[in-house]
Amino acid sequence: MQVDSPNFKAKADAALADPHLREALGKTRIMFVNKRAELAAALPEFERLRDEARDRKNHILAHLDHYLERFDEAVTRAGGQVHWCADAAEARQVILDICQRVGAKSITKGKSMVSEEIGLNDALEAEGYRVLETDLGEYIIQLAHEPPSHIIAPAAHKTREQVADLFHAAHGGERKTSVAELVTEARLVLRDEYFKADVGITGGNFLVAETGSTVIVTNEGNGDLTQILARVHIVTSGIERIVPTLEDVSLFLRILARSATGQETETYTTFSTGPRRPGDPDGPEEFHVVLVDNGRSGMLGGPFQDMLRCIRCGACMNHCPVYGAVGGHAYGWVYPGPMGAVLTPLFAGLDVTTDLPNACTLNGRCQSVCPVRIPLPELLRELRHQQHQRNLRPPAERRALAAWRFVAERPRLYQFTNRLAARAIKGLAGDTGRLHSLPFAEGWTAFRDLPAPEGRTFLELWQARHPGAR
Amino acid sequence: MPPDHATRPRVGLFATCLMNLFRPNVGFAAARLLEDAGCTVEVPMAQTCCGQPGYNSGDFEAARALARQVIETFEGFDYVVGPSGSCMATLRHDYPKLLADDPTWRPRAEALAARSHELLSFLTDVRGVRDVAAHYAGTVTYHDSCSSLRGLGVEAQPRLLLGTVSGLSLAEMDDREVCCGFGGSFCVKYPAISGRLAGDKTTAVAASGADTLLGGDLGCLLHLAGKLRRDDQPVKVFHAAEVLAGMADGPGIGGEA
Amino acid sequence: MADSRDTILARIRSGLGRGPLPASASAALDARPTHTRIAFDDDLVERFVARFCSRAGTVGRIASLSDVPAAVEAYREAHALPGRAAVARPLADLPWPAGLVRHEGPAGKDELLSVTACLAAIAETGSILLASGPDSPTTLNFVPDHHVVVLQANQLVPDFEAAWTRLRALPGGMPRTANIVSGPSRTGDVGLTLQLGAHGPRSVHVLLVGGDG
Repeated sequence: MQVDSPNFKAKADAALADPHLREALGKTRIMFVNKRAELAAALPEFERLRDEARDRKNHILAHLDHYLERFDEAVTRAGGQVHWCADAAEARQVILDICQRVGAKSITKGKSMVSEEIGLNDALEAEGYRVLETDLGEYIIQLAHEPPSHIIAPAAHKTREQVADLFHAAHGGERKTSVAELVTEARLVLRDEYFKADVGITGGNFLVAETGSTVIVTNEGNGDLTQILARVHIVTSGIERIVPTLEDVSLFLRILARSATGQETETYTTFSTGPRRPGDPDGPEEFHVVLVDNGRSGMLGGPFQDMLRCIRCGACMNHCPVYGAVGGHAYGWVYPGPMGAVLTPLFAGLDVTTDLPNACTLNGRCQSVCPVRIPLPELLRELRHQQHQRNLRPPAERRALAAWRFVAERPRLYQFTNRLAARAIKGLAGDTGRLHSLPFAEGWTAFRDLPAPEGRTFLELWQARHPGAR
Repeated sequence: MPPDHATRPRVGLFATCLMNLFRPNVGFAAARLLEDAGCTVEVPMAQTCCGQPGYNSGDFEAARALARQVIETFEGFDYVVGPSGSCMATLRHDYPKLLADDPTWRPRAEALAARSHELLSFLTDVRGVRDVAAHYAGTVTYHDSCSSLRGLGVEAQPRLLLGTVSGLSLAEMDDREVCCGFGGSFCVKYPAISGRLAGDKTTAVAASGADTLLGGDLGCLLHLAGKLRRDDQPVKVFHAAEVLAGMADGPGIGGEA
Repeated sequence: MADSRDTILARIRSGLGRGPLPASASAALDARPTHTRIAFDDDLVERFVARFCSRAGTVGRIASLSDVPAAVEAYREAHALPGRAAVARPLADLPWPAGLVRHEGPAGKDELLSVTACLAAIAETGSILLASGPDSPTTLNFVPDHHVVVLQANQLVPDFEAAWTRLRALPGGMPRTANIVSGPSRTGDVGLTLQLGAHGPRSVHVLLVGGDG
């Protein structure tokens, strides 16, 4: 997928002006935040599970090569095939080759953020394949020709009425408006497609090294219909999604659903191990796992390794005030919110994503809910540091920062400039106590008044009262 | 470990940039509260900024330079106390990280961090203050700054003290744990988003029914007062220290509502 | 593909600042860890039923396997379903009424009702565990509108870890597909409003055989 992050500000402004988006985003909180809080409070073991999950992920990352090789062996033993892909282009090509070899025409897809990351749909469609997203949220945005705006609720930005319009345009017939009718309509439309599909592509929440299983955790059942009714099942997943054993799946299941959707469990947890066995009456004839690196291995051993713990639950964006105000599309790529603001610069380049690490108040709420305790604000700050070191910040900001440092390192100058500013701003405000506008401070006064200073600085007043102060 | 001056510890008052420039009354209120809590208060004139603007803008070198300056300035005190969760979290959490690779400065940073406190939590947790003698006639709502709440775990302390102010009743707002959108330079780099978040917060303030908004961080308070004044909302704004010290009789932040 | 495998492994090792791990490290790395489990002292049956029902699943209690056909017929009538069902082979020999057309194969596109056995049920989350196999087509778990699952009380296990033991004990180890199912299919994707019956079954009904009650 193309990176459109340089337009963050313009997109954010448009998002802020969109009343439908505001309505849709308001529901994210009710749907996810409150329920997560209830469940976290109800489980005495929750914080300990988060610690264990963090530590286990750290262990896995420190031995990633071992577990990936184990996984490959186990998939092969089960009759499947692992395709190691160094980058997005290789992953796309591997999948195109499989589709061509099996003579595929129609392809169904369960939700996979990695397939979005590697731009799979465009590549398949360019080769003439019919590609249908079957996750309801993904289906909605496919109809709308939009990228996902949330990693677990891809159409979180769409209101029910907007979905009604999309379905009416795509399916014809009477325009349905109730949620029940809309869901039923999609159910019936997609049902035929599962049975027609030659290839079914799903993501993978976990890859189990012990058994060679891929695991998806879902609620709709489309990922299951996608993989059991197609002749060929392809799983796309990042190399960091590996877990050593089934016991580790339990650990992560216990935090995933609670963090993601505020449920004790999602509806379906499905383990897929190889192709159908002799005597099996259904299931795919081929099983392929497309293991995608695409920049992940480069994060190992560096300041961003912690980000590889991410289990893609979406809690950080659900709790992010900025995401809650502008939605996912403003971030301009596949992954939005705090985790996206870290990953997008790392995957797409610091130079085309300068806004993302900065469009954050460092309020820390994301970190406080992250089930694997990724220090997201620290990682964002480290990205700012790298931007600063590489001269990627705007000249005006660099000048302001240099001026601030120059003054702050000189206490007498600092006191002098502060006294000057206190008097000047107070003078402009008069007795009103505030300024409606102030030259060179439009960034502040465009959206709020500037409270006026009292007129004298604290340090000068203190010194006046305590003449001995030094 | 109580310092030598356990009976009357010497506290260096950290005069935050925003307090120094915009709201000296908060500094004097802090000094009064500290003195009432049995401390000797001194204000080193050589102090400037904690360095957080540089740190959060990715200029770690500038942040280190200022960290060293603050450490030198405040090294002789039993405690460093400031009326801001944001600045004091920088001293407590960030200085040791910034200077972690510097064998000379790391121990000094850690020593300072261990003695640095946000004002309200210092009063309750270190000095054992359980009540204040102040009076304030009004219904207040308390805004938790993210750096106080999540950075320093300051949540109960201001409420404990405010609960002892005669005439004051506390009406909590919804979504207390949600950021107000100030975020330091964020508020001018992304003013539209910052303004939206301020609006969400002032809507919650209004819904609480409070006539006064209090908080422990001037950044948030200047931002929210500015939004309240822009929208002509009749809510007064004070730093909690001003109320606790009985020094909230003048105009609030941003002038009269 | 061998090239990329080597490339990725080399990048990982370079990032981690070490070479390949010695073979002697394998046993420790592959050992099964003991993670925190969720403590509960509810009765397994009660916990399973409460949680499964809280997620819009339904449960009927019957005394013995031979009661399954009558319970299925009652369910079918209550939901006005036609006299046809996909009944998995392990249940084929039960005393089914002559009027019910049955088949044992995978579910077809218009299948409305399936009746299957299961491998276990997990009290922790109130979930059914189903394993694919010659007698257990996975399509029966997802295609029909209505899925009736026969669960024997002694198949209840406390938690995931105990469920893994059941999976590992299968003759071929992990089956092609293992499904943990916690109620009917659901979605929140339209207007972030919860709606049952997205793509999988609209209704999952457990017939709990035996146990107290």
